[in-house]
Amino acid sequence: MTPKLEVKGVDYSYHTLEGETKALSDISFHVNSGEFLCIVGPSGCGKSTLLSLLSGLLVPEKGKILFDGTPVARGVSGVGYMLQRDHLLEWRTVLSNVSLGLEVRRKCDPEHLSRVKELLDSYGLRSFYDAHPSELSGGMRQRAALIRTLALEPDLLLLDEPFSALDYQTRLSVCDDISSIIRSRRKTAILITHDLSEAVSAADRILVLTSRPGTIKGELVIQFPNHETSPLKRRNYSEFSSYFNELWKILGNRDAVNVGGDPDEIS
Amino acid sequence: MLEVIPMKFHNVTSFILHRHRAVIPAADLTFSSAQCRYLEQERRIRRQIFFCRVLFLVLFLFFWEIGARLGILNDFIFSSPSRVLSCFLSMAADRTIFYHMGITILETLFSFFLVTGIGIFGAVALWSSRRLAKILEPYLVMLNSLPKSALAPVLIVWLGNNMKTIITAAISVAVFGSILTLYNGFLSMDPDQIRLIYTLGGKRKDVLTKILLPGSVPLIISNMKVNIGLCLVGVIIGEFLSAQAGLGFLIIYGSQVFKLDLVIMSIVILCILSAILYQAVAVLEKRCGR
Repeated sequence: MTPKLEVKGVDYSYHTLEGETKALSDISFHVNSGEFLCIVGPSGCGKSTLLSLLSGLLVPEKGKILFDGTPVARGVSGVGYMLQRDHLLEWRTVLSNVSLGLEVRRKCDPEHLSRVKELLDSYGLRSFYDAHPSELSGGMRQRAALIRTLALEPDLLLLDEPFSALDYQTRLSVCDDISSIIRSRRKTAILITHDLSEAVSAADRILVLTSRPGTIKGELVIQFPNHETSPLKRRNYSEFSSYFNELWKILGNRDAVNVGGDPDEIS
Repeated sequence: MLEVIPMKFHNVTSFILHRHRAVIPAADLTFSSAQCRYLEQERRIRRQIFFCRVLFLVLFLFFWEIGARLGILNDFIFSSPSRVLSCFLSMAADRTIFYHMGITILETLFSFFLVTGIGIFGAVALWSSRRLAKILEPYLVMLNSLPKSALAPVLIVWLGNNMKTIITAAISVAVFGSILTLYNGFLSMDPDQIRLIYTLGGKRKDVLTKILLPGSVPLIISNMKVNIGLCLVGVIIGEFLSAQAGLGFLIIYGSQVFKLDLVIMSIVILCILSAILYQAVAVLEKRCGR
């Protein structure tokens, strides 16, 4: 089976007059279809750069990024990108905010619009079509932002710390919401976060990045009993804390070799 | 610094407007007594402010008139409220004053719309080519800080003794600042909102139509408020030099023939006119404001 997304030996540097900053070095990994992958790492490890590369906004200096076997380019329709903040535009209503992507891609026809309305209905925004974003709660705003991304029917979702701007309580429930939406629609997703417990609670697999230049330091496959996927419920299992501790060790020890379980999983 | 001032100006203005426009709700049985006391006090303060404003104007006119009547002020030079009024009434009788006012308003509005249009177009042009912006930047800054009244005599020679000169003078006063302010406004847009358009598969054109222009509406309107005043300045400069009609013409003509009543009256009308034009844009702002 070919993976949904394949990253092979990618390097990326930023160039300024002061010099060159290596952001990512020799990154290789893959994501299978329907998989929920989390990428964790300290701030400044090039997480956002990685997502920009995956979505085709940036072009790698070295290496290849293949999406369904073809190289990604700016504006490929199969990749949806959810930014850190919701960026709902205050001068638009909720409905015209979530159909922004359709407008930009000239797909704002009745058929697509009714799909968007269905999404709004099923995620609790039915009575907010004509509301302005400032009337929504933090969780509703994130859902609206997700619907805006889903409206373009992407196969792969890139989530750049989408919960980091929320307060802790909202954050837990929105994370639960969003991940159940993604899983029920069988989307492939890559979530970037610096919150280890969020990663353990949501992911099927976790990649650990080191700080600048970002390299992949370890990998952890997450499996809960009964194939539990709800982030809130996962937090009640004893496996939750053991996975957390493993992750902690991978991040803490610079030369992590044999941290728990199968050493093959650590590259 | 140029880009910052109009925005602050905009904020302060809307703040003041907002404070003044906020309607005090009528007393209601559901209000607590403390709330009623607060509303009553707020009402009293507003009455006092309004009273003091009127009083200030009345006292000013009163002492001006009395001073002129008693000979403390030379009313040949300083005129007086009654002389200004009678001058206005005599010119209103044969309608000449409305003709002059009409000319000035027409010229101001015409140059104002042109400045607004050229300002937005120029800012979009600069934004769409960073290289063009870099190349033109020093020239725009220089033209913006040049005292435009220095251009007026040249304009007369080039364009002739007519309305073209006046409107060109008015545009030259406001247009460079307008372009720079809007361009800097475009540049200070949230880069993540622009990224959003790219992540949705949009092009640069979509960034312009979906983010920059709608997001700049408050800035464009606050810039219009500055422009309407500057256009009036430009029109008066132009009329000083080359006009057969208009309030600027009346001021220059009046001072040359020592009819100071005419000069003072024209200045008073200009005061009122500029306030009305400014308020007209402010009303537009309220309509568009959210």
